[in-house]
Amino acid sequence: MVLGRLIANCFLATHLGDLGMAIDMITNSRDNGQWTTIIRPRSGWFNFNLRELWRYRDLILLFVRRDFVATYKQTILGPLWFLIQPLLTTIVFTLVFGRIAKLSTDGLPQILFYMSGTVAWTYFSVCMTKTSDTFVANAPIFGKVYFPRLTVPVSVVITNLLTFGVQFCLFLAFMLFFYLAGSDIKPNALVLLMPLLLLQMAALGLGSGILISSLTTKYRDLSFVVAFGVQLWMYATPVVYPLSQIPAKWQWVYMLNPMAAIIEMFRYAFLGAGSVRIWFFLESLGITALILLAGIVIFGRVEKTFMDTV
Amino acid sequence: MSSTVIDVENLYKQYRLGVIGHGTLTHDLQTWWATRRGKEDPNMQIGVQPLVASGNTDGRSFWALRDISLTVEQSEILGIIGKNGAGKSTLLKILSRVTAPTSGAIKVKGRIASLLEVGTGFHPELTGLENIYLNGAILGMSRAEIKGKLDEIVAFAEIEKFIDTPVKRYSSGMYVRLAFAVAAHLEPEILVVDEVLAVGDQAFQKKCTGKMGEISQSQGRTVLFVSHNLAAVENLCSKCAYLDKGSLVKIGDTRDVIGEYLKPKEKTNNTNLEFSTNRTGSGAARITNVILKDSHGVETDSIPMGDSFSVEVYYKGELKRANAAILIGGLYNDRIIESNSYYSHNAVVDLTTGKYTCRFKKNILLPGEYYITAYLGRFDENVDTLKNCLTFSVEPADVYGTGYAPDPRGGIVYADHDWDFENKK
Repeated sequence: MVLGRLIANCFLATHLGDLGMAIDMITNSRDNGQWTTIIRPRSGWFNFNLRELWRYRDLILLFVRRDFVATYKQTILGPLWFLIQPLLTTIVFTLVFGRIAKLSTDGLPQILFYMSGTVAWTYFSVCMTKTSDTFVANAPIFGKVYFPRLTVPVSVVITNLLTFGVQFCLFLAFMLFFYLAGSDIKPNALVLLMPLLLLQMAALGLGSGILISSLTTKYRDLSFVVAFGVQLWMYATPVVYPLSQIPAKWQWVYMLNPMAAIIEMFRYAFLGAGSVRIWFFLESLGITALILLAGIVIFGRVEKTFMDTV
Repeated sequence: MSSTVIDVENLYKQYRLGVIGHGTLTHDLQTWWATRRGKEDPNMQIGVQPLVASGNTDGRSFWALRDISLTVEQSEILGIIGKNGAGKSTLLKILSRVTAPTSGAIKVKGRIASLLEVGTGFHPELTGLENIYLNGAILGMSRAEIKGKLDEIVAFAEIEKFIDTPVKRYSSGMYVRLAFAVAAHLEPEILVVDEVLAVGDQAFQKKCTGKMGEISQSQGRTVLFVSHNLAAVENLCSKCAYLDKGSLVKIGDTRDVIGEYLKPKEKTNNTNLEFSTNRTGSGAARITNVILKDSHGVETDSIPMGDSFSVEVYYKGELKRANAAILIGGLYNDRIIESNSYYSHNAVVDLTTGKYTCRFKKNILLPGEYYITAYLGRFDENVDTLKNCLTFSVEPADVYGTGYAPDPRGGIVYADHDWDFENKK
């Protein structure tokens, strides 16, 4: 037993240099030339194998297709739901937070302000909630056949990218309408950061989602937390109010929430109002990277044996 | 280069029993807090020792696999048999990388495709065609590979007409055919199959076994086949492994291994059977012992072919209008000879404690292992039955007086017979 650990550790140590290669209980081994696969007990922390994920890219696309087709078959409105969701949310926010609570929107038209926040926030939150039950929801499949488990959450993030695309177009249409109607909105060069913002939201949603899904294999309580946790998180993010409403001396605490900078940046880029500081944005990037890495590492550790605990 | 494609080395798999990690965060925090203060874990099961590293069965864990070592050569079809809970499925799960072993390693040469279930990942809303792609990809095929095989798969599954219908409209037979078709055309170097042949009609089952044979013979691929269907295993597999309670009991020639598997576990010959638990019946009377005697009346466990022998059954208790029976069975056939006193002797008797003897005037069984089942009954009521309570072997003998003993593979029994040749000139 001890010897086994030792060997495993040595094995780990010799391979730590080339991350991204398979440092894995299932190794595409080079030292054991003739064997293609070696199945071993789980050992070490770096069990993930991104190269394998790439080999299964066809599967990811097929999962995306499946989810897309399956979700909207036998619904009357089909993909129209993509548009109804953000529209209704925007209307409700405008009524509740705009008309009744009269929260500031940094001088932006209320509809645009809330819609920008909603569209961006929805993408992140859906990515997170839908990937957060990866293990539990897919246990029947995972129990029967091996494929890189990460394909499932990655495909979820991609599927929702399509949804986001449609909703984003809706937002652009409204923007154009308000622009032509003479509203004071100033899209600027930061719009070019959009792909990065999107990638960051995807990474953050995926990272926190798979982190939660790994923990829910052991602690089922967490799945209850996710549902309302994501609600609370939204109120800790400048979706229904601008960042400028937060007292300057508390902003550093507030900005520990990586979504805060993303939403604010998104809004500033397209609508030209908001308070964005590059330092906050970099910090948010850093936290995102950290969460994603933690998610992948823990996910890779759990995926080997979770079948015994689910 | 050796042609070993799977090398299993000292494989162990341990499962923990009960709820793992307590399941909720509060319990884990309680445990953590208590152990920090050096107190007893409030969530520990009472009277259970903590899991120790040596890890023998201690109530909280058990070994689903213990020290399994075996090798599989290229193009072999290895059958894996064993009772429920013997560890067959665990072994396959580890092989197909669904779960990791506790210790030990498996080295594999080539791609493994596992069919622990047919139609894994089939989505009811998708059409047959879409599901072929999806299922193929889940099993590890690339899009291009599936495309190349598409026609073959559809033809094999016999669903040409329904290829664009969502599979939720399929009959279960069509569903299974499609699923097996995808898997059978995977072309992995190693195919792992678990009991999937239990479905589909006879003709399709035949087609499946045929396909598996073809895969291994003509394409040099290796198949691992787990099944309870011994006939299928014997038919298909050249080599067979027998697992029991997580350990490998025997591996080798299929016929030998199946023989070992079917052999009654308790060798109870010549021991008192009064308290044997391996019995059925109402228990109004009880068989206490079963003894086999050869032609000289000497107790034995082997009888030469052609000799007379007798079976003595001792019993206890009173039974009115009873009848007795002796059943002789073999590896593949539970009932080769049945002798029921009611039919063969018209004997319906009142019994009190004593014994009955059944004399066989001539042993017509071919050489091999046989089992005796003793039965005591009343009308149609089973009073006491001891199934396969006695094992004996039949030794070859020159029963025809020709200098040759009959070929043991030539059937189950031999018969006295004559030959007559009439050559027309």
